[in-house]
Amino acid sequence: MGSIKDKVAIIGVGCTKFGELWEKDPEDLVVEAAYEALDDAGVAPDDVQAAWIGILYPFTGLSGNTFSDPMKLFGIPVTRVENYCASGMDAFRNACYAVASGVYDVVVACGVEKLMDTGSAGLPMQGFSHPVFGGVSAPGLFALAATRCFNEYGWTKEDLARVAVKNHKNGALHPKAHFRRPITMEDALSAPMIAWPLGRFDCCAMSDGSAALVITRPEIAEKSKHKDDYVLVMANALATATGRPMFSNSTDFLGFPATRYAAKAAYAEAGVKDPAKEISLAEVHDCFSITEILNYQDLGFCAQGDGAAFVAEGHADVDGDLPVNASGGLKCFGHPIGATGCRMLYEVTKQLQGRADGAQVKNARLGLAHNLGGPGSVCSVTILGRKD
Amino acid sequence: MARIASSGAYVPLYRLSRQQIGDAWGIPAVPGERAVANADEDSLTMAVAAGLDCLVGIDASTIDGLFFATTTAPYNEKQSAGVIAAALDMRRDINTADFTGSLRAATTAMRAAMDAVDSGSAKNVLVVAADCRLGEPESMFEQLLGDGAGAVLVSKDGPVAIQGAYSLAGEQVGAWRRAEDRYVRSFESKVETQYGYATSAVAAGKALMEKQGVTAEGIAKAVITASDPRSYVAVGKALGFQPAQLQDTLFLSVGSSGAALALMMLAGALEQAKAGERIFLLNHGDGADALLLEMSDVIPEAAGRKGLIGHLFQKRQLPSYTAYAHFRHLTDREQPPAAGSPVTYWRDAAQELNFLGARCKSCGVVQYPPPRVCAECRTKDSFENVKLPRKGTVYTYTLDHLSGGQYLNVPIPRLVIDLDGGGRVFLEMTDGDPNEVKIGLPVEILFRRLHEGANFHNYYWKCRPLPQASS
Repeated sequence: MGSIKDKVAIIGVGCTKFGELWEKDPEDLVVEAAYEALDDAGVAPDDVQAAWIGILYPFTGLSGNTFSDPMKLFGIPVTRVENYCASGMDAFRNACYAVASGVYDVVVACGVEKLMDTGSAGLPMQGFSHPVFGGVSAPGLFALAATRCFNEYGWTKEDLARVAVKNHKNGALHPKAHFRRPITMEDALSAPMIAWPLGRFDCCAMSDGSAALVITRPEIAEKSKHKDDYVLVMANALATATGRPMFSNSTDFLGFPATRYAAKAAYAEAGVKDPAKEISLAEVHDCFSITEILNYQDLGFCAQGDGAAFVAEGHADVDGDLPVNASGGLKCFGHPIGATGCRMLYEVTKQLQGRADGAQVKNARLGLAHNLGGPGSVCSVTILGRKD
Repeated sequence: MARIASSGAYVPLYRLSRQQIGDAWGIPAVPGERAVANADEDSLTMAVAAGLDCLVGIDASTIDGLFFATTTAPYNEKQSAGVIAAALDMRRDINTADFTGSLRAATTAMRAAMDAVDSGSAKNVLVVAADCRLGEPESMFEQLLGDGAGAVLVSKDGPVAIQGAYSLAGEQVGAWRRAEDRYVRSFESKVETQYGYATSAVAAGKALMEKQGVTAEGIAKAVITASDPRSYVAVGKALGFQPAQLQDTLFLSVGSSGAALALMMLAGALEQAKAGERIFLLNHGDGADALLLEMSDVIPEAAGRKGLIGHLFQKRQLPSYTAYAHFRHLTDREQPPAAGSPVTYWRDAAQELNFLGARCKSCGVVQYPPPRVCAECRTKDSFENVKLPRKGTVYTYTLDHLSGGQYLNVPIPRLVIDLDGGGRVFLEMTDGDPNEVKIGLPVEILFRRLHEGANFHNYYWKCRPLPQASS
């Protein structure tokens, strides 16, 4: 197998404010994120040779027109990418491979979702009314793992709450976050139940938002506006695991195999031997508090069973030895599905460049972004590094 | 002549004391309690439960016909018996029919089953009867009626001989529901009892006794159905039966279960009858049917069959009239629209209704829903169908407060269940308190209504904590 290591560079990033953006539509979001990224890169719209747009729900938009119409970018290939909640990072993956192949010089990866137009009471799941798949909510799917972990490892709701407290502390500092209020353990533990054992603060919120990246090859990046601090794509891997874990005899609900597959491939591509030591910071998919704890384990930040201790001991804090979700994560940004993967890459890029909007991680050299979709069945892991 | 090989029954888990109904309306209450079907139950699902009970230990593929008796079929146009036969995993090349329109429908169906067996066109015909009638709120019917189901396997062979039958038809006075009526209507119960029920029941009973040359003394038990608490005693007396010979009409424990009552009472009688005893079955409704049975032997016990008595002992009390109103859809909240497709429902019937899984012929792992490629060893198209066990234990679970864009105050338990003997399924829990769910909890699997997507009844399987018998 080949590799895209050192063949792809990020030269511009953009991100809207995330939140309940009642007055904005998908066109507003795409235009704001994409123009911010193009301005950051010093690239004109006319220089864009292809684009990929990550979206989950058809009500946000169908086809490449969701990007090309707002941008008035016609005559070039634009493709809509859907891969559950990993749609955003998969749009980025397609863009990376396109420039790595040498076919295109400058492309855009964008993600967008307009969830609030359907209300705030959870992701629409009505399309999944086939009796076998039931009407389970997204929190319900991930709660299955929490319940099993409580039984297996003795974890408690307090262990989950520490994730929310940490991420809210970080999100309070980020101007683009949906929620900018620190919370206490008491706040997290007394919140209404959403899907036992996950309460409101264990769940990320419904939000609107968009993020975009301008991608090129390193030799072109060397001549760009960010020639001194562009970010290199060290690895990108995507993997799927069973989309029906609740029917799978071999699923133990103690982690997400899709993450383990993707992480293994990404570490091999980037040449990372010991992620706990080598990774400077990570933006991981904390759709639910339990997910973040399991991500630590699946990504090799700690041993299996030590996920709760990893956050309790402060390793994941901004000043810890492996800061996780210094932005505030999905917990504070919410999760406009297609936008999330690109928003993570926006964050890691700016952290590596030393210009984080919120809490800045010190000496950030190698960053990881992790985007997980479905019932933990689709995962994309990207590793970014400074050009030096 | 046709015989009876097995019987079964089903009573919903929940009971409402009639005092609670009286208190809710500020009216006098009659004694006892009534059975109340859960919100996801109807006559079809209860018939499946009684049918499964009747067929414990019996291979469903040996059944040649399925007759369903009810006055509350969930469809006016679409056969219920076919759905029931699928959920019982019966063969496709069988005769199925709905018998409806009369409280007497169960014995009408039994007579049709007997005729089929006697003619040689079928060897085994399963007759299931269920009813889920609504009494108008505040009316006496609301207190009197109850929900339940019974089943009997009419067969060429079996321990119980059917010695004779007699039917009486013609226009009768009695309760009714027009096609557009939701609640049972009645003119004047005293008139209906005297000139309708009692007159026809006594006439049919006497006629059969004369025809068979038997008297009440030669009969151990008389199963005489009735829509009210008392009048069956007078009917029995007119036929020469002592009160002690009369089978319990379930008035105090279940309520008047309409078309299901005859088979529920019969199941109760068969469960207690001794070899050599005779049972006299007298059912009413727009006329009357009388049948005379003789126990050549008792029906053998089958491990796992609850029968009527087992079902009477497993119960939970409904906390309030409001809970009853919710169960019987008197106070429904608006439901979010569910998606649904009659085409996928039909295409997936083997997994959804018959509840078949697949066992990989290479690695032996049981999988559900049945895949094309084995999830464990990746062998392609090498599976055999397996009936999934109806019992298992909870592997993990959630109590889900979100459903269809609504926040539910009472969450829906959703359980990952490891089935006894292999296979894993993910089902909603019903008939239970969310707070009692825990990992390792034993559950049983039941056929229920799931949702109403695409404006049809999407039936599927759910689970409930294994009920404990209470005294």
